Amino acid sequence: MDMATMYQEVILDHYRNPEGKGLRDPFGAQVSHVNPTCGDEITLRVQLDDGDDPVVVDVSYDNQGCSISQASASILYDEVVGRPVSEAFEILDSFVELMHSKGQAEPDEDKLGDLTAFVGVAQYPARVKCALLAWMALRDAVEQIQGPEGSPMREKV
Amino acid sequence: MGQLDVAAIRSDFPILSRTVRNEKPLVYLDSGATSQKPTQVLDAERKFLERSNAAVHRGAHQLAEEATDAYEAARSAIAGFVGAEARDLVFTKNATEAINLVSYSFLNATLLAARSDSVDPELDRFVLAEGDEIVVTEMEHHANLIPWQELCAKTGAELKWIGLTDEGRLDLSDLDSIITERTRMVSFTHQSNLLGTINPVAPIVQRARQVGAMVLLDACQSVPHMPVDVVALDVDFMAWSGHKMLGPMGIGCLWGRRELLVDMPPFISGGSMIKTVSMTETTFAEPPQRFEAGVPMVSQAVGLHAAVDYLNELGMTAVHDHEVALTRSALDQLEKIPGLEIIGPRDLVDRGSAISFTVEGIHPHDLGQVLDNAGVAVRVGHHCAWPTCRRYEVPATTRATFYVYNNENDVTALVEAIRTAQQFFGTV
Repeated sequence: MDMATMYQEVILDHYRNPEGKGLRDPFGAQVSHVNPTCGDEITLRVQLDDGDDPVVVDVSYDNQGCSISQASASILYDEVVGRPVSEAFEILDSFVELMHSKGQAEPDEDKLGDLTAFVGVAQYPARVKCALLAWMALRDAVEQIQGPEGSPMREKV
Repeated sequence: MGQLDVAAIRSDFPILSRTVRNEKPLVYLDSGATSQKPTQVLDAERKFLERSNAAVHRGAHQLAEEATDAYEAARSAIAGFVGAEARDLVFTKNATEAINLVSYSFLNATLLAARSDSVDPELDRFVLAEGDEIVVTEMEHHANLIPWQELCAKTGAELKWIGLTDEGRLDLSDLDSIITERTRMVSFTHQSNLLGTINPVAPIVQRARQVGAMVLLDACQSVPHMPVDVVALDVDFMAWSGHKMLGPMGIGCLWGRRELLVDMPPFISGGSMIKTVSMTETTFAEPPQRFEAGVPMVSQAVGLHAAVDYLNELGMTAVHDHEVALTRSALDQLEKIPGLEIIGPRDLVDRGSAISFTVEGIHPHDLGQVLDNAGVAVRVGHHCAWPTCRRYEVPATTRATFYVYNNENDVTALVEAIRTAQQFFGTV
């Protein structure tokens, strides 16, 4: 396949100019995740408000890794901050489904926004973990704040 | 370029004629991870399975006899390949298991000693206590690091290591303060899988002998690529894998000094490794059978036998010369690429064909993807040597490794694909 299908402009843009990068206060939980196969790392903080379906007030992060993992974290910031946790986890689940589709899925652009660009990445099993690293960290951090019982989406992928 | 007829060699490897990623010819530069297999190896395995397949060292029928002969003939040939005797060669699942076999000998001896009033003198040299030390280096594959970390965590021994110079070599300047009277085992790699460095064995063995420590050599990246004589190296153990030297996956080797092997307690226990068994007590077979519990990997041994025959036919000096020539050419061309930095020795002295590098502005994973798209198969990541990456302050590298079937075209394809990646990501 053509490299431009995998590395769509939107991915390269987020990679070159990441949104929301850098660790900030205040935060409700901080987690560190690594991709043990390649050594990519992310430290991610989440701040929620105290509503019934709490809103993600901020996600801040520090990471190093490939363009796919960096772009994914930047898009996470764009898509998730300002949304209730329930919506954020819906996006997360759709993204996980897309990444495990081996490139066969029709991405739901309304729900996925810029994440739609990762459909080409999903054709390469070795890169799925790169794309999901920040999102797994997000789920972990939210669950640390809420406890697994409080999480609306408890199923693991 | 050496004395190898690479065109003829390539015709022995069916996989090299396939294409990948939209009809691109395969350029296989990942032999450091696993080598490809010639038809001679595949045919030997198939012939064994079609004609003589049976469990070895048991049964009275003709097939059992043939299978046992094939298995033991493989042991002789593979031992001979490194200048050893068959009775001192133990077959394992892989090199990782071979190293664990030795580290668990220490652990098991220590556990047995703790349960009895008097330490069996045969076990004594494997019994560890707090204050004892194990020495490795900062360039070890995880397979020669974590077993020793685990052993130390379980026994109270302390892990120390030999550091690295900026040039990618072992820093032996303070060897005498790292290997001391407290050192019980020094375990180090013959050739770094990440840096390509070939380490000097003699000064480390000499220092270990002064203090009475044992020496294990991880030869995974040396035995496939250069002449290795284990007796001349004068180490106590040597571990390597079959699949990196044209042989099948699922077989590794541990060579051990006879007087140590006979004193070592078993690692994995069960069938085939016994002398006598009652409901309460078992006595163990002599090495190597003591360490080969269960039905072993006979067809893999037969395949590895064919692999060493193949390499002997080529001649290991010619193999090494061929790789040095390719490495020289690759280093010359890679260093001309702007933004490319070699992680490891830049010169050809005591250097194998593993070349790790970084390219400014392109993460190794992304570089590997573009190379893959061009049909060039390399390894990216930390290469199971994460501490070595940390030492050189890189999160990961891209690594190309060369073997008998690689040629100058492969070097050219690598260099062109890296330049393509730089254009694609706009870093030049």
